[in-house]
Amino acid sequence: MISKVRKFVILVEETHREMGKDISPPTRKAAALAVIENPCAGTYVEDLEVLMQIGEELGGILGEKAVAALSITPAEAQSYGKAAIVGSDGELEHAAAILHPRLGKPLRQAVEKGAALVPSSKKMGGAGTAIDVALGHKDAAYVRSHFDAMEVRVPDAPRPGEIVVAVAVTDSGRPLPRVGGLTHEQAEGKDGLR
Amino acid sequence: MQVLVRKFWSVLEEIHHEGGPPAATPRRVGALAAVIANPFAGRYVDDIAPFMETLKPLGLEMAARLIALLGGDRAAIDGFGKGAIIGTAGELEHGALWHVPGGYAMRELLGDAKAIVPSTKKVAEAGGRIDIPITHINASYVRSHFDALEVHVPDAPAPDEMVLILVMAVGSRVHARVGGLQAAEITGEDGLR
Repeated sequence: MISKVRKFVILVEETHREMGKDISPPTRKAAALAVIENPCAGTYVEDLEVLMQIGEELGGILGEKAVAALSITPAEAQSYGKAAIVGSDGELEHAAAILHPRLGKPLRQAVEKGAALVPSSKKMGGAGTAIDVALGHKDAAYVRSHFDAMEVRVPDAPRPGEIVVAVAVTDSGRPLPRVGGLTHEQAEGKDGLR
Repeated sequence: MQVLVRKFWSVLEEIHHEGGPPAATPRRVGALAAVIANPFAGRYVDDIAPFMETLKPLGLEMAARLIALLGGDRAAIDGFGKGAIIGTAGELEHGALWHVPGGYAMRELLGDAKAIVPSTKKVAEAGGRIDIPITHINASYVRSHFDALEVHVPDAPAPDEMVLILVMAVGSRVHARVGGLQAAEITGEDGLR
């Protein structure tokens, strides 16, 4: 493995009731996080190739872990998102290098298809910083019932020389969606939008 | 009286190292939290103890799910802890309702564990964080297993809810090296040494 992983953290949220109503089956979200050493910490590095390689590696590993945490087949994944928190000896661009150039392709393999853009968020932060991982439908970005987010944090990370990389996957939309728009059932999933 | 679960939230940490030599087998620590309606919120209720019995099936379900989360091998689990966060319309004493059903469930499913289950409790707003203490399941004095896992559920507890938490662990702290009683040296049946 290129990534130097200190720990993996898996979070699963399963919602059974919302506003007094039963949600059956429950809506479920999973996030897989890796706490890794930032190889570019402490100094300005012009070429961020090593972080792009890490992103490619973690896209598959974290995508597969999140799908496994929900005990679903890849095809049953409905929405996804990604995020990174960079410790204070790094720079925001390090998150961009991990998340954007190469993480998407292996993540899409892990959720089978994934025609839509993978929504993302990034920030600098200290240990225990929380980040909201944006969520969007994996095949049709305009599916309104699946716009959401999942808050994640690792109490002891990132340390200054670390990066927390997160991938979130769901098998459902919000618990009680009722603001109209394109639905999961209506989505064609050809252009990634509708 | 029934138990109304709004959501379950689980955490699984797989710790490979903490700056030292990577562990041959990564340490695993898991938590399962249930967000439930607090039937006593908003007023003083004197007779709350019967709710402990009501919570027993939930405790057993949570302990079983937590064992599965950690890989399903009961014999490998050697650390545990529990805790509760009470929403602001409740009182600290409501958190004490979790001692019996939470502890009973873990002891039952972990093969008559001998040690007391360490615990914490607090009243907090949604997103409040709690450190759940962890000790060895058969001997509280095993120094390599003293630890804690910080747990929080972003949207809970609402004022009229409580978050009930169980924690289990496989293995000691990843670089444990401060001596004391070792897990291999446990002798007695008193739950301490």
